[in-house]
Amino acid sequence: MRHSAFQIFKQALRGHAGWKPIWRSPDPKPHYDYIIVGGGGHGLATAYYLAKKYQGVNIAVLEKNWLGCGNVARNTTIIRSNYLLDGNEPFYEHSMKLWEGLEQELNYNAMISQRGIINLFHTDPQRDASVRRGNAMCLNGADAVLLSQEELRKKCPFLNFDNARFPILGGLWQPRAGTARHDAVAWGYARGADQHGVDIIQNCEVTGFLISGGICTGVETTRGQIRAKKIGVAVAGSSSRVMAKAGMRLPIESHVLQAFVSEGLKPIIPGVITFGAGHFYVSQSNKGGLVFGGDIDGYNTYAQRGNLPVVEDVCEGGVALMPMIGRARLLRMWGGCVDMSMDGSPIIDKTHIEGLYFNGGWCYGGFKATPASGVAFAHLLATNTPHGTAKAYRFDRFSRGFLIDEKGVGAQPNLH
Amino acid sequence: MIIVHPLLGPRDAQEFTYLGDASLIHRPDPKADDAAENFYEYLYQRDNLAGEHRELWFHEQGDRSWLVIKRNTLTHDILSVELASDVARREGRSK
Ligand SMILES: Cc1cc2nc3c(=O)[nH]c(=O)nc-3n(C[C@H](O)[C@H](O)[C@H](O)COP(=O)(O)OP(=O)(O)OC[C@H]3O[C@@H](n4cnc5c(N)ncnc54)[C@H](O)[C@@H]3O)c2cc1C
Repeated sequence: MRHSAFQIFKQALRGHAGWKPIWRSPDPKPHYDYIIVGGGGHGLATAYYLAKKYQGVNIAVLEKNWLGCGNVARNTTIIRSNYLLDGNEPFYEHSMKLWEGLEQELNYNAMISQRGIINLFHTDPQRDASVRRGNAMCLNGADAVLLSQEELRKKCPFLNFDNARFPILGGLWQPRAGTARHDAVAWGYARGADQHGVDIIQNCEVTGFLISGGICTGVETTRGQIRAKKIGVAVAGSSSRVMAKAGMRLPIESHVLQAFVSEGLKPIIPGVITFGAGHFYVSQSNKGGLVFGGDIDGYNTYAQRGNLPVVEDVCEGGVALMPMIGRARLLRMWGGCVDMSMDGSPIIDKTHIEGLYFNGGWCYGGFKATPASGVAFAHLLATNTPHGTAKAYRFDRFSRGFLIDEKGVGAQPNLH
Repeated sequence: MIIVHPLLGPRDAQEFTYLGDASLIHRPDPKADDAAENFYEYLYQRDNLAGEHRELWFHEQGDRSWLVIKRNTLTHDILSVELASDVARREGRSK
């Protein structure tokens, strides 16, 4: 069923009883051309672009739990392309452009809202770094505007400009950045993939790989063996656990990132704002809740929940930046297990095992990458060559010394 | 998380900073023939275990000692705490 205003009207007249599930729940077949492990944003987008571009191929997405149980529906929904380095910026700008056409492409309302992001700066060196970053963005076809303090005061009068320790001098603004409804992105891609014949199989955990003579020919799952010519793994926080089943160690640590939502408030925050001197970022959802977060907790964990010191730290950052939110009440909070790589940048690459491909290391920022990651991983799976925008995302960049370290902090995942 | 420091007793994890897998105690020999390969493994590759994990914590806002903590990464339960210097000596390092 195509979604349209007319459909909504028609279904309303029938008491909304006519809507059907938007993807099938088939049993796994014994053999596919491609298996995608992980039904998060990246796995579903990969399956969608693969099925759309290479029609007539058999594809399955295997998801351990239910679709959208992972980070794709736990993130704070920010989409942006304000990266500095050559290996990253063209990729993220490609993603931004795909976001701009995504709802038409999928015929699905993903509530994409280009409300802009402002990264604040608090010192002269930070301003210089913002200018440099803005120039790098513009060179790669993205948009960037340097806001002076006066301009910022007009946009966000509520900020604590005269904070004694961290006065706000201005901000780097990307007007095209914004937010998207995260689980609608997963549902939209799932529906699109299903319409192109992809089997989405939930409650099907991959427990092992069928590897012989250096070639991977299928997977063991909780629903039996499934064979395929090519297998792509996109399991985010579970990357190390899953790839260990193929005997691989990864340049990745799993950490927890927490997210917070306040009670609903009147519209007050225009777009996304990030604190440049502490760990805090915020946007306001369409329902009015302040959606905010900060830094990862900083120790290895798979628990999908964090600890109180970070809650305190994030709230302190928020109140330092915009004292007016001090009395807003916290409604809910949760955590997600993120795959922190050793340089803070992702990996989309073949492995040394023929037929086995890997997509991961997205850290706390892979939601914005979902469309471009899907395109790039589909391209890699189909052609065995990296997509033009993802050429730098190779495994061997660590041994060769070609790190993509936006923050310049080295091999210390909890500092990225 | 409360870390029971071997010398100072129960301390809030907030007083500590985290380095990572306790295997980092064993720095590869820079003079070995395969030093480059070993340093690559040491610096970048991790087991990243789900379950029991031995890891290095630094008591930055306390006595500035390094600890080796065994912790369950699925539950955050802390299973044992030792001074890293004791562990390093036991595992054959001179200091
Ligand atoms: C609190 C929080 C806030 C964030 N905020 C942002 C943000 O504002 N902007 C941004 O760009 N990014 C953000 N991120 C990061 C982003 O959410 C992730 O990088 C991205 O969603 C990861 O890709 P994914 O959607 O494919 O992951 P997931 O949705 O986690 O998908 C992986 C899937 O693999 C499945 N799986 C695992 N093991 C197996 C197995 N053995 N067999 C089968 N399936 C398996 C899991 O069940 C899961 O569904 C945030 C993350 C968190 C936790």
